[in-house]
Amino acid sequence: MTDRIVDDVVLEMRGIRKEFPGVVANDDVSFDVRRGEVHALLGENGAGKSTLMNILYGLYRPDGGEIRLNGKPISFSSAREAIEAGIGMVHQHFMLIPVMTVAENIVLGTEPRKGVLLDEGAADKRVADMARTFRFEVDPEARVENIGVGQQQRVEIMKALYRNADLLILDEPTAVLTPQEAADLFEILRTLRREGLSIIFISHKLNEVLEIADRITVLRRGKTIETVPREGATEESLARAMVGREVLLRVEKGPSEPGDVLLSVRDLHVQDDRGIEKVRGVSFEVRAGEIVGIAGVDGNGQTELIDALTGLQKIGSGTATIAGKALSHANARKALDAGIGHIPEDRQRRGLVLEFSIAENIALHDYAKPPDARLGWLFPRRMVDRAKTLIREFDVRGGGPFTRAGGLSGGNQQKLVAAREIARDPKVLIAAQPTRGLDVGAIEYLHRRLVQERNEGRAILLVSLELDEILSLSDRILVVYEGEIVGEHSGAVSEEQIGLEMLGGERAAA
Amino acid sequence: MTDPGPSPAPEQAAETGTLAARLALKQRAGGIVVPIATVVLAFLMSGLVVLATGHNPLLAYRDIFRGSGLNWVFHPTTNILDISAYNLSQTLLQTTTLILTGLAVAFAFRCGMFNIGGQGQYIIGIVVANWVGVDFGGMRPLPHILLAISAATFAGAAWAGIAGVLKATVGAHEVISTIMLNWIALWGAEWLFGDGGPLQNATQPFVPVSDNVAKSAQLPVFWGAQGFQGLDIGIFIALAALVVFWALLNRTTLGYEVRAVGFNPDAAAYGGINVKKNLIRAMAISGAFAGLAGAVDMLGYLYHYGQLDIPVSQVGFLGIAVALLGRNTAVGTLFGALLFGSLAYGTTHGLNTGSVIQPELAGNLTYIIQGLVVLFVGADVLILYVWNSRKRLRPRQAPKSARSAKAAA
Repeated sequence: MTDRIVDDVVLEMRGIRKEFPGVVANDDVSFDVRRGEVHALLGENGAGKSTLMNILYGLYRPDGGEIRLNGKPISFSSAREAIEAGIGMVHQHFMLIPVMTVAENIVLGTEPRKGVLLDEGAADKRVADMARTFRFEVDPEARVENIGVGQQQRVEIMKALYRNADLLILDEPTAVLTPQEAADLFEILRTLRREGLSIIFISHKLNEVLEIADRITVLRRGKTIETVPREGATEESLARAMVGREVLLRVEKGPSEPGDVLLSVRDLHVQDDRGIEKVRGVSFEVRAGEIVGIAGVDGNGQTELIDALTGLQKIGSGTATIAGKALSHANARKALDAGIGHIPEDRQRRGLVLEFSIAENIALHDYAKPPDARLGWLFPRRMVDRAKTLIREFDVRGGGPFTRAGGLSGGNQQKLVAAREIARDPKVLIAAQPTRGLDVGAIEYLHRRLVQERNEGRAILLVSLELDEILSLSDRILVVYEGEIVGEHSGAVSEEQIGLEMLGGERAAA
Repeated sequence: MTDPGPSPAPEQAAETGTLAARLALKQRAGGIVVPIATVVLAFLMSGLVVLATGHNPLLAYRDIFRGSGLNWVFHPTTNILDISAYNLSQTLLQTTTLILTGLAVAFAFRCGMFNIGGQGQYIIGIVVANWVGVDFGGMRPLPHILLAISAATFAGAAWAGIAGVLKATVGAHEVISTIMLNWIALWGAEWLFGDGGPLQNATQPFVPVSDNVAKSAQLPVFWGAQGFQGLDIGIFIALAALVVFWALLNRTTLGYEVRAVGFNPDAAAYGGINVKKNLIRAMAISGAFAGLAGAVDMLGYLYHYGQLDIPVSQVGFLGIAVALLGRNTAVGTLFGALLFGSLAYGTTHGLNTGSVIQPELAGNLTYIIQGLVVLFVGADVLILYVWNSRKRLRPRQAPKSARSAKAAA
């Protein structure tokens, strides 16, 4: 530690401790950031990354430890002080005003004035200058509500730069981006690094950390595990440090042995709630014993397709057949009875009643059937017994049958949903974003389970925005773009090829 | 670092297990503590009001307590001529109504809806019970009572069901539609009982009051005198309704659906539950409780109703406070109804001696306490917060002082 050139170190956090009631969020966490480096903070959900950054940004006060910025000890009591000291933070959820222009958002709070009025010309010019310096491609006069997510993120970064930040904190910046937008972001970060800025990059994705970071600090359960240079680090070594045990990152699966067609979709058209056609003539089949992955950028009709197949949205025209039974009306009950299992993309909004107990959630589809009920009368005891079995089988941790589902961690909530859906012995299992927001250990479990269910002869339709997940699990891949299937692959296919199709490149070129 | 062995599972499970358990405990504790704190705070604040008028709040509360007849428990007697026994019987009459109107609000709440229409549904129950009770004279008592009660209950259900149908089909908010239905019920009843109205009494053409229900429709009185506001078996009907409410919600598939829709309609739909059907059904069941309240009052001790009674009645609205205080549970509603029943009768009849406070202020004190309870129920988040942070401070004090010592050094 002592032999390091002190000038080189921009930020030093030493022995940081932060307790919340019942939880030690940060326990003796230490790391430092050098000038002109991208330093990744890697850790599972709940490892203490965000807490640490909120302490640095003045949103929380630490219970112990020391922070030095450019060699001087600091203690911020508000974000304003942190900003004045040259720290900028881009949160996961952007804090922009949609109806205002890019330039107005950037200068907000420190506007150039002409008398009491905003000097719009000056604001636009300053923003345009900055955009040129850092090679941001944004139009200062565009309204924020009219630009894409990737652009909005750039506005957030420019906001920080406008306030003369030389240490930038990015909290899970790629979570909202497409692969292409993420690549653009990394290009920007490299430019900023060249300009001498220091960047703290928070993530739980191994591949992107290895791509962009110079050094990586791994946190696990509130403690610093290690700080390593990118050179020599591998996904396996980082995963081990994050989780604390060996993790199988590659899903082991044998070749598929497709059987009968269990899900058959013919020329399906589906409109969303506003009457806009989101699925436009889709046809495909899923056979017993295979996983078919649907790749695509968010909002290209995946949600509507799933909702139509599960009876939650009306089918416009065309047919969907589950094990020989055609779905006609939007009737979730009929779809369930026909043999659909559905791990929904939003487990908290749709997959679970968070206020219900685990036992009640497990009964969500079959509460009115024996053994849970007879002639309208419930037998809670039997629900609890079934829950106990499934909690054991699916390794749901963090509570018993009477625990509120909302009290479980994200991973265990997802295991609970998976347990319920798989235990109903569905013929077709639709898994939408099954590992979104989960940590490495839970992802490993769910992936293994999906492959296991495939081997047992279920037809599995996997819809995911994570290309890695699609590539590693699927036996066949369909690519959707603007409600149509624009590509189908059954053999080896490169990420680039699918990425291109996801952006409609194939069709645009044709 | 800790040994990165193959299975850190048990430790993790224990950790999260205790956390979840602690959370559940906190909620359960909060579930009892908060309503009690709410009531205590309301009484403290009302005490300040009494103090501000230059009177002794403790004496006022003692008189309210006596007035409610709750002091009966210190020297129980079945003799209705005993003043505390009589007061208690009157308090229980009020409690009976409030249990039922409270359940009407609570049931809709459990399905995620706010039924403000309890008052209108109650009036519908009053009207129908009076009509059946008067016009179907000559029936044998048991069938007559059953007919009147079920007709009024059904009418209350249908009345509230209108709001349910409007919500399920065109998305009209139930708060708006139930309030409007209240006014329709109120003016409808004004016309029915008014001069020349179909339900006005036959003997006195200029008195806007209904006939008395027939003897065969009157509920048996078991404590006190029939015809003199004795305590009727309506209280047992209300207690049975509490059991029905609990069993319906917790032991039937109907209740499961209601609760699922109430907590999360999206998840309920995903689970295969028909959300619209449940909104209508829950609203109807909710209205049934209020309609039953009207029937029990009409057949139990009112027997007749007049134009002037209509705007004075507030029991449907009080049901909202009862349900809120009772956290929409059966047991909570029982205690909430008992509290508001005692207050309503105790304040007006305990303070009317003028020994502590002017009688004309006594009734207003009821409203002040009721208002404060509702206010504090609304602020229960705040009370829960204060309660939790108070508990949080205790284990923290030690490390905090250690830290400041270190900082000083």
